[in-house]
Amino acid sequence: MSMFSTCNFIPHTILLQSRASLATPNERLATVRCTKVVRNVNLEKLRHNYLLGIGDTTEPIPDIITSNMAEALRKAIAESFYKGLGVKDAEVFVSDGSQCDISRLQAGDFLDETLKYQNIEYMTCGPHNNFFPELSTTSRTDIIFFCSPNNPTGHAASREQLTQLVEFARKNGSIIVYDSAYSVYITDGSPRSIYEIPGARECAIEISSFSKIAGFTGVRLGWTVVPDELYYANKVPVINDFDRIVCTCFNGASSIAQAGGLACLSPDGFKAVMSVVEYYMENAKILVETFSSLGLVVYGGVNAPYVWVHFPGSRSWDIFSEILKKAHIITVPGSGFGPGGEGYIRVTAFGQRENILEASKRLRTIYLS
Amino acid sequence: MSVLPHHLVATSLSSSTSNFFAQNSFDVVRTQVVSAPFRKMGVCKCVATSPTEQTAYKTQVSRNGNIAKLQAGYLFPEIGRRKAAHMLKHPDAQVISLGIGDTTEPIPEVITSAMAKRALALSTVEGYSGYGAEQGEKQLRARLASTFYGNLGIEEDDIFVSDGAKSDISRLQVCVLFGSNVTMAVQDPSYPAYVDSSVIMGQTGQFQKDVEKFGKIEYMKCTPENDFFPDLSKVSRTDIIFFCSPNNPTGSAASREQLIQLVKFAKDNGSIIIYDSAYAMYVSGDTPKSIFEIPGAKEVAIETASFSKYAGFTGVRLGWTVVPKELKYSDGFPVAKDFNRIVCTGFNGASNIAQAGGLACLSPEGLEIIVDTFTSLGFKVYGGKHAPYVWVHFPGQSSWDVFSEILEKTHVVTTPGSGFGPAGEGFVRVSAFGHRDNVLEACRRFKELYK
Repeated sequence: MSMFSTCNFIPHTILLQSRASLATPNERLATVRCTKVVRNVNLEKLRHNYLLGIGDTTEPIPDIITSNMAEALRKAIAESFYKGLGVKDAEVFVSDGSQCDISRLQAGDFLDETLKYQNIEYMTCGPHNNFFPELSTTSRTDIIFFCSPNNPTGHAASREQLTQLVEFARKNGSIIVYDSAYSVYITDGSPRSIYEIPGARECAIEISSFSKIAGFTGVRLGWTVVPDELYYANKVPVINDFDRIVCTCFNGASSIAQAGGLACLSPDGFKAVMSVVEYYMENAKILVETFSSLGLVVYGGVNAPYVWVHFPGSRSWDIFSEILKKAHIITVPGSGFGPGGEGYIRVTAFGQRENILEASKRLRTIYLS
Repeated sequence: MSVLPHHLVATSLSSSTSNFFAQNSFDVVRTQVVSAPFRKMGVCKCVATSPTEQTAYKTQVSRNGNIAKLQAGYLFPEIGRRKAAHMLKHPDAQVISLGIGDTTEPIPEVITSAMAKRALALSTVEGYSGYGAEQGEKQLRARLASTFYGNLGIEEDDIFVSDGAKSDISRLQVCVLFGSNVTMAVQDPSYPAYVDSSVIMGQTGQFQKDVEKFGKIEYMKCTPENDFFPDLSKVSRTDIIFFCSPNNPTGSAASREQLIQLVKFAKDNGSIIIYDSAYAMYVSGDTPKSIFEIPGAKEVAIETASFSKYAGFTGVRLGWTVVPKELKYSDGFPVAKDFNRIVCTGFNGASNIAQAGGLACLSPEGLEIIVDTFTSLGFKVYGGKHAPYVWVHFPGQSSWDVFSEILEKTHVVTTPGSGFGPAGEGFVRVSAFGHRDNVLEACRRFKELYK
């Protein structure tokens, strides 16, 4: 049974299956008739279990957000998040969430003629390199996905690190897809947008979301910035193609969600959602203290609602199982995020305070006694 | 009324060779300082790159060459661009939009109050919900199954709730068409998203200007001569068959007999039908509303549907797709499992507020009100029988020319038939969505023009 669930959904406690598992208990196999359509082999390459982020928000959306109606969301986004950075309304594309825009970027924009992606280059991020990849040993790729503040490590890249990243991208003619979903959680002055770095407009797309800003995980609202100055090798502006994708494969985010988004960006609205962000970060602080008190090395929890706990020499799934069994607490094994996550556990700071405190109590009881 | 969709832009005109993408309208916009609600920058970019751009930094990332195959922007933003240009030229004209099939009548209150209630509940601890099941909320899926497929053997877990059929068409493309040599057929004419999304995914060849078709797609001609149902004996086998009925743009609905033929054709060929039933609620009489009314369809068809035209949800964004358990790939693997994977990976569910609205639409009260709204639309004005579109024939004329003439002379926006495929040439689609007064006024103007 889950006591420390980061959301109210039972299915979230079951990590090994897709969230609402496709039940096929009554397959009618009397006559198994097949079409002659060959299955998309690429789907077979996907890992069997999609390890979903259990970073689900729990706190209700402030009243002021849910009771307002407005328009001109693109403008509000440009002004609220990119003031002084030269991002124009027309460069902002409102989405029904980053999850969807990531796919739209992948399927439409970054496909080459052979319909294959380049092999994936994994850039290890760990304490040894201050959670920023060693770019001198990273091969050139066309696209660089970069999330900061990072899910799952919680690390926010510094200005120096991002300057290096932009330089690297420009030198290689690559495009950075910068995921700033957690930027409002930053507390230490680290950059919130890639566009704070000179030269980024010519090499970076930025994606973001209202999910973690405003508890809109179910409401579905996000955005993607594609600067005018971003060009493909053949001088075609990326924004033209992204717009074409958006017009062809999508029909806009729900007008109601957009109205909510606009309310989030009003002065009162933004203040209200930030107080919920602060609430989650207070949770994070408690979790950092708890795990530290157990003698563990803890990362994150300062610029993101995730705490990244190191269990050197252990397998993350084993730690996950042990914590679940002994304390009835759900965490996420680090290896689910890539090989660089082995030996770590991600703990989310989303949750009701009582649950956070209860979890802390249990961990201390079990591991300190 | 019409705030142009924010994504409205003129794109890729440099790749178009058509004379229709009017230098005229472009020039008009260029010489005026305007605050039109569309992407000004987009219009200014519709020419060869300026000297500044040619010396600007470029990445070394190759463009997706498939997008270059598209001949112009997506059809409806292009119509919107022309409309905007027209409005600039004639600021005092009372422009009537019968172009894009966008609903205009307000949503009944029983539905909007359910959405408002859900929105406000998000501000309470008890009522707050975060990530939902990507396949949709259980209650909505159950209600969809019982309302539309009650006696057809389609169950709750065969249904995937979407943010609209348009998005699901692309997700289906990724699922069944992506990354392989899977072939497809479309009706000619048809809703442009089927072809355009397929081009983007790399499933087609180049656009062949002489026949106005993309290579590698089988176009199934639908004309007055064949009663708008393709002669299947002349259609080559393809893996996937897109079929929209009632049809956008022709308004024609396939009969039971015709759909039986279609299912048989798919069965004989081991093909999958993607059946777009977005306009099913406009059907009258014995005409089938769902492909699953046809025996055997569960083994060969996917059905996609939408609340857009049903409940005025074009902006709210809600639809669904049915993938029966019985539908299998050639190796026996259930298509639904892969579609579920796509939905879990590339999507995060329809908005919870929209889903609350959908549920209210399917309540007894909601259903009653919606039916009344439709019958009151009174298609007798045009004779559109099974769909809110009227397909008007102008033999021997270019549909873009007719579109332009109607726009210039009557200030009514329609949609040129050629935008839906080569067999749409010589036709213009007139949408029946609109305030009654506007619709009557438009008719009056047409009569003036063509008397």
